Amino acid sequence: MKKQLPPEYYKLLEEIQAIDFVIVELSLYLNTHPHDMEAIKQFNEASHHSMLLKIEFEKQFGPLMNFGKSYSNYPWDVDDSPWPWQV
Amino acid sequence: MFYYEKKLQYPVRVSQCNPMLAKFLIEQYGGADGELAAALRYMNQRYSIPDKVIGLLNDIAMEEFSHLEMIATMIYKLTKDATPEMMKAAGLGDHYSIHDNALFYHNASGVPWTAAYIQAKGDPIADLYEDIAAEEKARATYQWIIDLSDDPDLNDGLKFLREREVIHSLRFREAVEILKDEQGKKKIF
Repeated sequence: MKKQLPPEYYKLLEEIQAIDFVIVELSLYLNTHPHDMEAIKQFNEASHHSMLLKIEFEKQFGPLMNFGKSYSNYPWDVDDSPWPWQV
Repeated sequence: MFYYEKKLQYPVRVSQCNPMLAKFLIEQYGGADGELAAALRYMNQRYSIPDKVIGLLNDIAMEEFSHLEMIATMIYKLTKDATPEMMKAAGLGDHYSIHDNALFYHNASGVPWTAAYIQAKGDPIADLYEDIAAEEKARATYQWIIDLSDDPDLNDGLKFLREREVIHSLRFREAVEILKDEQGKKKIF
């Protein structure tokens, strides 16, 4: 029932969590500091970096997002486990 | 609309099954200053808050839903292998008789979540001051739970959540200043 996940799953997931945290933190900051050019650059770079990491993650471990933000393999695997609370 | 991403905002680990810690943590799930209250409060206030701070309320509401999912994951992991006897010994006998090991939106004392915990006055300063207070109360609650917990893995996640309350409070304080500045500008004309 439960898939055995390789260490690479956790490593890549944590990399994504780290870069996505940078994005969240910069977003909140920029909402109250909209003219900080350096922070906007960092936001755009982090967003790009996150996208590349997710492409790599999804190649190995399947879709991260629902409703068309990720592509499905065959058979349909957008609803595949593991769910975040199961890992 | 909303999209779901199959990942937590920050990794959640627990050292062992511990329903007693879960009982304390439920305060941040369905309690007055918990993550559900925070997410719903900001989601609802965003309609009547001035444009300048809608984005901030919206983003923080989204982050609160991510925190709700982290808290749920902590509670789930702390209780999924608990026997009825363990639940009872941890003070969760009442919970078990109603919900088995399912999660539910109630506080540490078992009182169900209520919208009476949150407010929307339509007055931006009143709403933002409530939001700042809510973040400070949530920060304090996280500290008390960390003080009660002897699980280093759980505490790692709780410390992350505690620090996020500090940032949210800071951003809300800045939002108040932005609105005050706006109001000052209008008087010049």
